Amino acid sequence: MALLGLAVVCVLSAAGCRQDMQDQPKFIPLRSNDFYADHRSARDPLPGTVPWTKTPLNEDVYFFSGKRGNAFGNDLPANIKFDRALLARGQDRYNIYCTPCHSVVGDGNGMIVQRGYRRPPSLHDPRLRNAPLGYFFDVMSNGLGAMPDYASQIKPEDRWAITAYIRALQLSQNARESDMAAQDKATPGPSDIRMPDTSATPQKPGAPATMPQGGKQ
Amino acid sequence: MSQTFHRSANTLARASILGMVLLLSAVGSALFKLQRSPYVTGQHIAPDQPVPFSHQHHVAGLGLDCRYCHTSVEQSSFAGIPPTKTCMNCHAQIWTNAALLEPVRNSFRTGESLQWTRVHDLPDFVYFNHSIHLNKGVGCESCHGRVDEMPLMYLENTLQMEWCLSCHREPEKFLRPRKEVFSMTYQQPSPEHAVEVGGTKYFSQEKLGAALKDMYHLRTMRDITSCSTCHR
Ligand code: HEC
Ligand code: HEC
Ligand code: HEC
Ligand code: HEC
Ligand code: HEC
Ligand code: HEC
Repeated sequence: MALLGLAVVCVLSAAGCRQDMQDQPKFIPLRSNDFYADHRSARDPLPGTVPWTKTPLNEDVYFFSGKRGNAFGNDLPANIKFDRALLARGQDRYNIYCTPCHSVVGDGNGMIVQRGYRRPPSLHDPRLRNAPLGYFFDVMSNGLGAMPDYASQIKPEDRWAITAYIRALQLSQNARESDMAAQDKATPGPSDIRMPDTSATPQKPGAPATMPQGGKQ
Repeated sequence: MSQTFHRSANTLARASILGMVLLLSAVGSALFKLQRSPYVTGQHIAPDQPVPFSHQHHVAGLGLDCRYCHTSVEQSSFAGIPPTKTCMNCHAQIWTNAALLEPVRNSFRTGESLQWTRVHDLPDFVYFNHSIHLNKGVGCESCHGRVDEMPLMYLENTLQMEWCLSCHREPEKFLRPRKEVFSMTYQQPSPEHAVEVGGTKYFSQEKLGAALKDMYHLRTMRDITSCSTCHR
């Protein structure tokens, strides 16, 4: 009987003693800790910290702001390659982060809008169809009016991918027959989405006159 | 000399040997059961949260993608819990007067973190990584269950080692195409229901699993069940 008792005590105490390795005194993401006043393990960088990124912040202003000087650019930054993969990525990200309000087709009638959020303008509004690419990047990065910013949820690369996808979406919703490739005309179906060749026509300084009031020119 | 023990003691002795065996195995199996019971694992019990956040409402009701809130799940080891700002993206305008959401608004005003109670918590001596599971075709649902049907978050699986191993021994039974990883309603292929990957239609999980295992370059069972995969 004593043996049994001992065995039971051993087993139970073994079961009870496991906490040391279970809860090690180390930082893991999001774990609270009592050392800092705000109880966060995840620390903000110290003021004045220079970020180390693949594209140094100060060398590629356009990549991080969508602006050259004070004007929005209408092209993709040099380090973003325009191809099918970029559009696919953009579509993917757009569907995650933008459809709740702007809807899959971009008409601004997403689920959250149906539940009472302010209705955004349609992305096919002529004003937005003429807006330069950098403008969309800026709206995502800084927000605009009732539109929240997505800087912390979406990386800059992905914001550019979404920008490219929005332009493709705009073109697709306003396609004319003459835009279709010959073989697509023969067998109607989804045609390849082509981007206007922006590199050939240098953007005039300053964004088009139709810029919304939110845009800083 | 008179006998110390009565004759019946023989039977008693035999019975007590048997009794001991029975008792030990009863205690053993009780511990075995206890170790896997919700009392120890917390399975199917929703802990109190500062805000009664409903995945059912936000995922099934509003159609939000997991990544809208759990932004880092694809590229890093941890999925992450959204910061207050993410809630305020919508709740700056929706349910602005609800008392339920006061802790969220308070957190936004003061900059103090919302303190969610962890539901899934592996011991610190276990290494786990979300991104590899997603990239190799394991869906959230395979581990977290039907999150879109949970008014409050709870543990669907025990998260014990035997559970991890039950999949690492035969992952092909659970794999799905990468594009379905975030889906809560994905159904494994069956003779009536085909799943298409790369232009080929599959009608059984056996075939699909084998193909995906190849396509996603899964390592061998030996590799992913070795102790140092999870204890490093
Ligand atoms: C929570 C809802 C919501 C989400 C999610 C959302 N938006 Fe918006 N968006 C709005 C609202 C509301 C407006 C109108 C803003 C205003 O005029 O005050 C708007 C406006 C815009 C505009 C037009 C700005 C103008 O000049 O009128 C663009 C472009 C835009 N959003 C892009 C995006 C992109 C890209 C995403 C995804 C990364 C996104 N939005 C996600 C609500 C949302
Ligand atoms: C609107 C934001 C939002 C969306 C969308 C969302 N979640 Fe969550 N999730 C949260 C919050 C906030 C918590 C922490 C509170 C809790 O545990 O309920 C959480 C907690 C969790 C947890 C438990 C974490 C723990 O404590 O162990 C899991 C698992 C989870 N979510 C899975 C998912 C899955 C899978 C999806 C997609 C189907 C999803 N979530 C979509 C906000 C979200
Ligand atoms: C994309 C928009 C969006 C985001 C992000 C969001 N919510 Fe909501 N939430 C809603 C909407 C819309 C409702 C109203 C639900 C309805 O009408 O069915 C709601 C309802 C709620 C409710 C009321 C109870 C319920 O479930 O109906 C709570 C609590 C809540 N949200 C908490 C949160 C928390 C906490 C977060 C941050 C992790 C969050 N929400 C993020 C859109 C959002
Ligand atoms: C292979 C199983 C598995 C899959 C697949 C999986 N999870 Fe998890 N998840 C876990 C485990 C185990 C934990 C506990 C991790 C810990 O304690 O360190 C966890 C924790 C979490 C947490 C809590 C916060 C954190 O990062 O620890 C969230 C949120 C979460 N998962 C969301 C998701 C979402 C969203 C998906 C799908 C995109 C997903 N998980 C897919 C097993 C899984
Ligand atoms: C439903 C199936 C499933 C479950 C459940 C599961 N895993 Fe995995 N796990 C996988 C697959 C598939 C891989 C990828 C194997 C490969 O790369 O060949 C993997 C890989 C891993 C890796 C390797 C990561 C690396 O970088 O080498 C770790 C660590 C891991 N899993 C830990 C866990 C832990 C801990 C649990 C339990 C909490 C768990 N897994 C539960 C399917 C699963
Ligand atoms: C697939 C991932 C995985 C592999 C492979 C794995 N383990 Fe574990 N192990 C776990 C998890 C998860 C736990 C935590 C279980 C719990 O919380 O109860 C654990 C817990 C343990 C514990 C502590 C049990 C306790 O109750 O405290 C020991 C000891 C252990 N493992 C030994 C091993 C050995 C030896 C091997 C190799 C033969 C191994 N593990 C391989 C995932 C793994």
